[in-house]
Amino acid sequence: MNLIGEKISYKPDEQFHLNDVSFNFKKGNLYTILGRTLSGKTTLLKTIAGLLNPDQGSISFEEKDFIKIPVWERNVAMVYQQFINYPHLNVYENITFPLEQRKLSPEQIKKDVDDALKTVGLVGFENRKIQELSGGQQQRVALARSLAKKAKILLLDEPLVNLDYKLREQLREEFKRIFSEGLSQDTILIYSTTDPQEVMELNGEVIVLDEGKVLQKGPAKEIFENPSNLKVAEISNDPPMNVLKGSKNPKNLNFENISLEIPNHFKNLEDKDYNFGIRASEIKLDKNGEEFEIELAEISGSETLLHLKRGNSKIIALIEEVMNFKIHEKVKINFNANKFYAFAEDEKLVSSPYGGTNG
Amino acid sequence: MSKLYTFLKYFFITFWTVFVVAPFLWAVSTSFKDFQSVNSKVTYIPWLDFEPTLEGWRVLIKSPAKGGVDIVEPYFNSIFVTCTASLISIVLGTLAAYALSRFTFKAGFVRNNDITFFFISQRIMPPIVLSIPFFIFLSTIGLLDSLLGLVVVYIVLLMPIAVWIMVDFFNRVPKELDETALIDGCNPYQAFYKVVLPNSIPGLIVAGMFCIIFGWIDFFFAFILTFTEVQLLPVKVVALNSSITPWWSLSASALVSVAPLIIVAFIVERYLSKGNLSGALK
Repeated sequence: MNLIGEKISYKPDEQFHLNDVSFNFKKGNLYTILGRTLSGKTTLLKTIAGLLNPDQGSISFEEKDFIKIPVWERNVAMVYQQFINYPHLNVYENITFPLEQRKLSPEQIKKDVDDALKTVGLVGFENRKIQELSGGQQQRVALARSLAKKAKILLLDEPLVNLDYKLREQLREEFKRIFSEGLSQDTILIYSTTDPQEVMELNGEVIVLDEGKVLQKGPAKEIFENPSNLKVAEISNDPPMNVLKGSKNPKNLNFENISLEIPNHFKNLEDKDYNFGIRASEIKLDKNGEEFEIELAEISGSETLLHLKRGNSKIIALIEEVMNFKIHEKVKINFNANKFYAFAEDEKLVSSPYGGTNG
Repeated sequence: MSKLYTFLKYFFITFWTVFVVAPFLWAVSTSFKDFQSVNSKVTYIPWLDFEPTLEGWRVLIKSPAKGGVDIVEPYFNSIFVTCTASLISIVLGTLAAYALSRFTFKAGFVRNNDITFFFISQRIMPPIVLSIPFFIFLSTIGLLDSLLGLVVVYIVLLMPIAVWIMVDFFNRVPKELDETALIDGCNPYQAFYKVVLPNSIPGLIVAGMFCIIFGWIDFFFAFILTFTEVQLLPVKVVALNSSITPWWSLSASALVSVAPLIIVAFIVERYLSKGNLSGALK
């Protein structure tokens, strides 16, 4: 009864948009697809919706070959990152459109639409024109239309990316509520995003996609704690995880003429060259620390992002207060060695502070 | 500074309005004159300057046997040819434009843009280049000097305009709108007429207006491809100009021939300012 994709490839031009993607989505679960722009997220969702036919591979749903079923008979719902609604219809008509298309009874339609309007908080907006709504409200209409359909597969393609920061935070909170209350246990929810924070908050099963390939699958916590390779570590952290080329010898860790004590979880590592990974938030200002040069300082909200340089290494530090720094100034920072990741030279995870190894 | 700007703005608008409207006023005034009033001295205001007469207008509906020129039949011929050709051009052109905007065609080295350019190139050519081929074509199929033949030729002339405007219009309608319609249970035909078409009304109106204008004002092909059986309005109006120019009936017929365009412009103007696609585009 699951939605199963096997070895799906799609290559309309020189590059793979999807490369050997397989999945097994179970009903009643939330799946998030995490990947950078152009990583194939939208292509994957469109393939599931039936808007694109893969060159290779199969998709089956409820034991039926999904690829043979045209889009308009698949009963899926999709919300785009652009706010797509029918501009010639008002809010109410927008939501009834798919239901009328399926020829449901007027009573049923009314009930479903009212429920959906309530869920997304647009009661009282029924007769508004789409053009009169704000971006956030337009996206709510699109979501309401998708919910009212009671589709078995609900696809959300970066639904929050075009909203401003505040609205995004607010709608994300509501999404969590809607997903837990407003959906039946029959629904498979697939949510794509570039934002690692969104993935962590939604806390579903994660698929990390890059250049059309699945890099890692697993629960959000697992992806965060034990990224299977450097790329996943970069994609699943914002700012991306810092990478420092260095080596381990029997006494300490070395990189850029810095020596650190060997943390416990590295004790059993072979002595050789590694790519060390450290999150921006694990780097602290410290008068007794190592000297780095500031290349750029960005203040965002209540945090300061410091772009630092030493030798050939460039790192980003996340300082949790607003401070003024001068460019080219020297600062001293301290690395928390207990939070170091070690990736092998082929970029695979060797050791993580949370106990994961892939080596 | 802003006062000067306002002054200049209204000065220009006033100047332009006078520039555009004055010939019409003159034509209106002239259409009520007779031979004497036109040729004696410059006059403007009826009853004060000259004695108005309806003779110039009466001539237009009198049959030639009674000394009239009878533009009624050419008038309806023009309406029929323009409307039929415009309608067919819009229907075919819209379908072609939608296909060109949404699907990818490959035939040898030919791509979508080449097909679109082929349509537009029909208008880039000077019409005179097409006159001989059209003449031979119509005489071969026996449609020379007939309404049907004119409709066929006008479709060739008007469809490129419709395709050109509508391709541009559809390209600005997000593809995701069609896709959403498909996801919401429409098959491709339903997606087109239930979602894409209702949102294309401004484009259809602009395309329709251009087709009607270009069809209505065409003199060249109406002149070359008709002789005695069928006459269109522009040819008839020009034909009024014989050894003695009848300025009064010429003015009257000029006024009735631009009247439909003025009416079209007024109707269309409302729609153009009202409808837009901003909800779908952003």
